[in-house]
Amino acid sequence: MTETGSARVGFGMRPGGAAAAAEEEAAVVETLPPDASIDLAEERAESHVDEVLDALDRELVGLVPVKTRIREIAALLLVDRMRARFGIDSGRPNLHMCFTGSPGTGKTTVAVRLAELLHRLGYVRRGHLVSVTRDDLVGQYVGHTAPKTKEVLKRAMGGVLFIDEAYYLYRAENERDYGQEAIEILLQVMENQRDDLVVVLAGYKDRMDSFFSSNPGMSSRIAHHIDFPDYAADELEAIGTMMMEREGYKLDPAAEPVFRDYVERRRAQPRFANARSVRNAIERARLRHANRLLDAGGAVDLAALTTLAADDFLGSRVFGPRP
Amino acid sequence: MSGGRWSAGVIPYAEMGYWRPDYQPKDSDILAAFRITPQPGVPPEEAGAAVAGESSTATWTVVWTDRLTSYENYQAKCYRVEPVPGQEGQFIAYIAYDLDLFEEGSIANLTSSIIGNVFGFKALKALRLEDMRIPTHYVKTFQGPAHGIVMEREYLGKFGRPLLGATVKPKLGLSARNYGRVVYEALRGGLDFTKDDENINSQPFMRWRDRFLYCMEGVNRAQAATGEIKGHYLNVTAATMEDMYERAEFAKELGSVIVMIDLTIGYTAIQSMAKWARRNGVILHLHRAGHSTYTRQKNHGVSFRVIAKWMRLAGVDHIHAGTVVGKLEGDPHSVAGFYDTLRLDRIEADPVKGLYFDQEWASLPGTMPVASGGIHAGQMHQLLDLLGEDVILQFGGGTIGHPMGIAAGAAANRVALEAMIKARNEGRDFAQEGPDILRAAAKHSRELDVALSTWGDITFNYESTDTPDVVDTPVSL
Amino acid sequence: MRITQGTFSYLPELTDEEIALQVAYVLDQGWPCSIEFTDDPHPRNSYWEMWGLPMFDLKDPAGVLLEVNECRKAYPGHYIRLNAYDARYGRQTTALSFIVQRPAEEPGFRLERTEASDRRVQYTTHPYALDRPQGDRYAR
Repeated sequence: MTETGSARVGFGMRPGGAAAAAEEEAAVVETLPPDASIDLAEERAESHVDEVLDALDRELVGLVPVKTRIREIAALLLVDRMRARFGIDSGRPNLHMCFTGSPGTGKTTVAVRLAELLHRLGYVRRGHLVSVTRDDLVGQYVGHTAPKTKEVLKRAMGGVLFIDEAYYLYRAENERDYGQEAIEILLQVMENQRDDLVVVLAGYKDRMDSFFSSNPGMSSRIAHHIDFPDYAADELEAIGTMMMEREGYKLDPAAEPVFRDYVERRRAQPRFANARSVRNAIERARLRHANRLLDAGGAVDLAALTTLAADDFLGSRVFGPRP
Repeated sequence: MSGGRWSAGVIPYAEMGYWRPDYQPKDSDILAAFRITPQPGVPPEEAGAAVAGESSTATWTVVWTDRLTSYENYQAKCYRVEPVPGQEGQFIAYIAYDLDLFEEGSIANLTSSIIGNVFGFKALKALRLEDMRIPTHYVKTFQGPAHGIVMEREYLGKFGRPLLGATVKPKLGLSARNYGRVVYEALRGGLDFTKDDENINSQPFMRWRDRFLYCMEGVNRAQAATGEIKGHYLNVTAATMEDMYERAEFAKELGSVIVMIDLTIGYTAIQSMAKWARRNGVILHLHRAGHSTYTRQKNHGVSFRVIAKWMRLAGVDHIHAGTVVGKLEGDPHSVAGFYDTLRLDRIEADPVKGLYFDQEWASLPGTMPVASGGIHAGQMHQLLDLLGEDVILQFGGGTIGHPMGIAAGAAANRVALEAMIKARNEGRDFAQEGPDILRAAAKHSRELDVALSTWGDITFNYESTDTPDVVDTPVSL
Repeated sequence: MRITQGTFSYLPELTDEEIALQVAYVLDQGWPCSIEFTDDPHPRNSYWEMWGLPMFDLKDPAGVLLEVNECRKAYPGHYIRLNAYDARYGRQTTALSFIVQRPAEEPGFRLERTEASDRRVQYTTHPYALDRPQGDRYAR
């Protein structure tokens, strides 16, 4: 039974191709010697982080301090990776973050890009974003919260968990609120499973501050606090123009001052939500535009179909009741 | 009628309405693709029309009684003829048959029409039924596999890997008591199934009842030794239906999860046994004994892909469908076509795999293909790559011929299989790295180590005869 | 004895890293995982106890490993298996199932034979563990 194939004759049997003799190669990454050097540009290109940072620049108007912080974090992680190549173990950096700012200032968009960035740099395995609020984490009755919170955590593992208006988890007025249980489970996972997910808490600045002062454990586990400032009027205009372009509309030159005026007035009103309010204004202008075209009847051309006029904005409540 | 050399037999079928190039097949039509090789001087359209005529209403001469029927309905229509690339004198004729021509749920009736008389027809040198499209309307008149792939896996509690089997060897001559020993050893060692060979029925050296008793002792002992469900395909093939039922009933009483029949028992007997198998909760294995007499030659006979279709309709749970790498005929593309036909719910026409028609199975359960004949543990990566997960890999000689014994042979196959599935799931390029994966697995399995050094380098590299026409067929892997 | 149910029973016990690789494959196929445990490993015991519900919409193996380890902590002396389900039309069944923990000692099964007429035998597979009450069947 120890003959080799080539020695055999008989029905149908031919020796097969030479069996590959390659020995198993254990993929051991070697530590670089102290006198070696790494090509920074190459390393940077390989990680493709610039694509993500550029996308962030393109998609979001303004927000310079935010973009700078994200660039700094990317730089730190890239440098950490190179240090590791020389065998310097600086430990996994704490990446849990807090995004503060008003609604519509781009927190969710930045979080999506952050997840992608961390994935490209190898700090999270999958790079997806799971976005939740209190209702997704906190249950209605005893024993309900733990499985709910764990369920969300398990779904977020390998990516970024984004908890919007995180302060609702804590209700000072009710000591037996189930939110406390969710916070404790969160803390435990944030501490023990840093390799498995990154948590981003988001909300208004003042309310986040008071949340942290009542939950020092949470505060100490957040490494990066990033503040998203409200947009200036000209930034909101630029955002509006970008949104219209994306949807195949343009602004009639005569409507430009009206749109600017609209933004100014809306900013001064209550419940202003930055980019989100601009989006809603454009949606309503589209409605008026469509109605205007149908009422006029007759023929329309491409220009008419794609141009938003002053009237389409003047119909808004911010300009007071129509004459 | 026209004169010429064939005046005795040939009438102008084309003129009688059997050649209809303008015909649009209906969704409910049964379609067939025939490879025709007309006699010299016979135009291909006429030959195609003749096949349509002879497999439906026509006889050799005009009969006035045709005019008492709505014959246009019952005439099969040859609606397309195309030359076979690279095969001079051969053509593919596409023929549509109205659903009314066939009895519901009867393979016997279907085959009596479509391959009944026509294969002996003198105007053709050779004729081969390449493929059929069975319309959903007709599919739904058949029971289909007694259990199907999904139910079989749930019944056995075995998921995520091919099943393993072995045919008891030697084929003939073992006494019942010795035979059961092979069953016990192979199952205890790690196989899921053992199998009677096609010609093990009830011979003087071992009568069926004795074999059943000893095999079930082996099966149950192995089940207790491993905590896994085990089975032995008890071959109930016999001379009469009454004998087969008697044997099958006895197998069921003994608690066997599976029985087996041979293709030689005939289509009607197969359908009867499929009904019996569903009624009694016993899996039905079919050995395709005899098929090569008409499936192998490329220009005459019936392609195995058609047999596979008929058998899925007839209702068998397992059918041997080729190994590609083993000792028996099987071109890789054609075999892929057979496997698709048996396992998928919806199949698209694919000339590379020799599939001429789209086929919709309308949720008819899948039949588990069985790969058997000259395969061994050293080919595990190729087998998994070519045949996929829903397949039974049967290593007869590759189990029983193991130098350390039958159980060791079985364990070698199981270790090789599990290691390959694990590597595949881990994202490794197992088809390329297969030999390395096997060698690494052999480090913790002496059984596999010995198997690899015994058979590791044996292959069967011969050119296949039954190949699709559109591609150069690789002769080795 | 060693019970050889499941897809990987003939290989050395999978490490947590190896389990994570299998789970990654499963999640890439879009299959949810579930965890089950039992102290009755009879081959026809289809319904092991469920450790929570199947885990839908997970992206990363870490969540599954978390539950595997919780289950191991709660039932250190039981069999635990990890299943994946394929809900695709025409499939709708288990796609992969393997054991991720077994008791320190596996006593196995006794084969009981009831002899009937004309040499027939009725077989029963009896797990030795079942001789003890549920929850008290295996050493921890």
